[in-house]
Amino acid sequence: MHSFTYTRAQTAEEAVRAVAAGGPGTRFLAGGTTLYDLMKLEVETPTRLVDVTGLEDLSRIDTAGSAELAFGAMARMSDVAADPRLVRDYPALSESLWRAASEQLRNMARVGANLLQRTRCAYFRGGEPFPCNKRKPGIGCAALEGINRGHALLGGSDACIAVYPGDWAVALVAFDAQVDVLGTKGPRTIPLEQLHREPGTTPHLETVLTPDELILRIRVPVTPLGRASTYHKIRDRESYAFALASAAVALQMEGEKVCEARVAIGGLATRPWRAREAERVLVGRPLTPQAARAAGDAALQGAKATRENRFRIELGARTVADALMIAKQRAEP
Amino acid sequence: MSNEGDIREHPEESAIETVTTCVRVNGKVHTLAIDPRTSLLDLVREHLGLTGSKKGCDHGQCGACTVHLDGRRVVSCMTPAVQADGCEVLTIEGLCPADGELHPMQQAFIDHDALQCGYCTPGQIMAAVACVREGHASSVEQIREYMSGNICRCGAYVGIVDAIQDAASKMKEA
Repeated sequence: MHSFTYTRAQTAEEAVRAVAAGGPGTRFLAGGTTLYDLMKLEVETPTRLVDVTGLEDLSRIDTAGSAELAFGAMARMSDVAADPRLVRDYPALSESLWRAASEQLRNMARVGANLLQRTRCAYFRGGEPFPCNKRKPGIGCAALEGINRGHALLGGSDACIAVYPGDWAVALVAFDAQVDVLGTKGPRTIPLEQLHREPGTTPHLETVLTPDELILRIRVPVTPLGRASTYHKIRDRESYAFALASAAVALQMEGEKVCEARVAIGGLATRPWRAREAERVLVGRPLTPQAARAAGDAALQGAKATRENRFRIELGARTVADALMIAKQRAEP
Repeated sequence: MSNEGDIREHPEESAIETVTTCVRVNGKVHTLAIDPRTSLLDLVREHLGLTGSKKGCDHGQCGACTVHLDGRRVVSCMTPAVQADGCEVLTIEGLCPADGELHPMQQAFIDHDALQCGYCTPGQIMAAVACVREGHASSVEQIREYMSGNICRCGAYVGIVDAIQDAASKMKEA
C-alpha cells in the first residue's frame, strides 16, 4: 500500500473543501470496504484521505415521513436493512441490503458510499500483467477474451464489460430514488438512475460525480408499490456472494391485473439497470407465469454474451420471472 | 500472501505521517502513533501482541479477523485502525476473564466439536456471540445466513451451527 495522509472532517462542507484543496489523489473515506481493500491491492493509490464517517448528521435514517424515506449517506447498511418500516413496507430495499456482503461488512459499509462500490472484475482487481481500461485507460480489456463468466451482458462496450456489483442501488433504481450531493459548486440532486455511467470509451469514469462531490443522502418517494416487492438474488452459493443475476421488482395489483410494475436488474449490467420494457409488458395484464417470463425476456432484451456468460441471459430472465411471482404473493391481501 | 502485505515498502516515499490513535482494547486504553495504513487487525496483533484475531485473507472475505468495535462485529483487516480512534474494541482475548470460566460460546464450540484446525475459530466465536446478541440466531437457516461471513475450510459448519444454537439458549439464561 502506498502511504497517504489522513484527516477527519467535522462537517460535510469541510470535507468537500478538504478534498477540493487536496487536489487529484484526495478521496473521501467512508467505511473503507471498497477503497481500503483496493488500496491494499494498489489498484487505488490515493495520497490523502478525508474521513467522513464522523459526520453524525449524515447517519440519520428517517422512514417516518409521508412523502419520502431519507437515508443519510453515512447510515450503516446493517441499520438500514433492519429498519422496521423498510422491512414491512419496502421488503425489496431491506432484502437488497441484508442479502449483500456479510453482517461484519454491513456494519462497516455506509449506504451512500455503497452506491459507489467498484466492480469485482478480477482483471480490474488483479493488476499486472492483465490489461484493464478501468484501471489504466487505453491499455485494453483482458475480460473481453478472458474469463468472463461473471461479466456484464448489458451496457458493456469494446472497452469494458465489468459488472456493477451492488444490490442496494439496483433496488433503489426500481423505486425512483434520488441522491443529494454537495460539492464546491454547491448542492445538487441527481436521480439515482443517472448517477452511474455506462463504460463506453471511458470505463474509468463510473459516475457523473465530480471528485469533490460528496453524497449526503438518498431519498425514496413513498409509494404503495413497496409492500409487494422483493429483491431476488441468485448466486453461486446461498449467501455471501455477488449476484450472478438479481432482480428488484415491485407491483401494484388491481385484482388479478397489474396496474403498475417496477423492474430493475443487478449482476448482469455495467450499472444499476432499470428494465422499463419489462414493466410495459406487465401493465394492464394478469400476472401469470407466462407473463412473468415474458417480462424476464424483455428485461434481458439486447443482452450481448461473451464466451462464458451466455447462460446468464436465461438465468436473468428466470430471476426476473421468479421475483415477480414472489412479489405477487406479497400483493395478496 | 505475505504477512507484511498491507504495508509494503515504497522507498520513493518520504517519512510517514503518523496519526495518534487512542483505543480501548479489552478494557485497557492504548494511545499509539500509527501509520494510517495500519489495519485494526495489525494494530491488535503487531502493536499489542493480541494474536488471537487471525489474518486469513486480509481482504474482508474470510471473517477470521472478526472483532467487536463499539459492540458491533466488524472485520478488523478491513478497518483502518485510525477509524477505531475513541472506540471500544473487544477481541477473543477479552471475551472472558483470563482466569475465569470460558464464555458459553467458547464452551459450546468445544462441546460440539465446532472446529478442526482452529484457525477460523476466534473469528467464528466473535461473530457467533454478535449473531446471538443481534437476535439473528433464532433458527438454523438464520444462523447460516448471518454466519456466512465466516469461512471454515475444514468444513466444521454443522458443529458450528449446533454450538451457536446451544450457546444462544445459555446466553439467554445468563
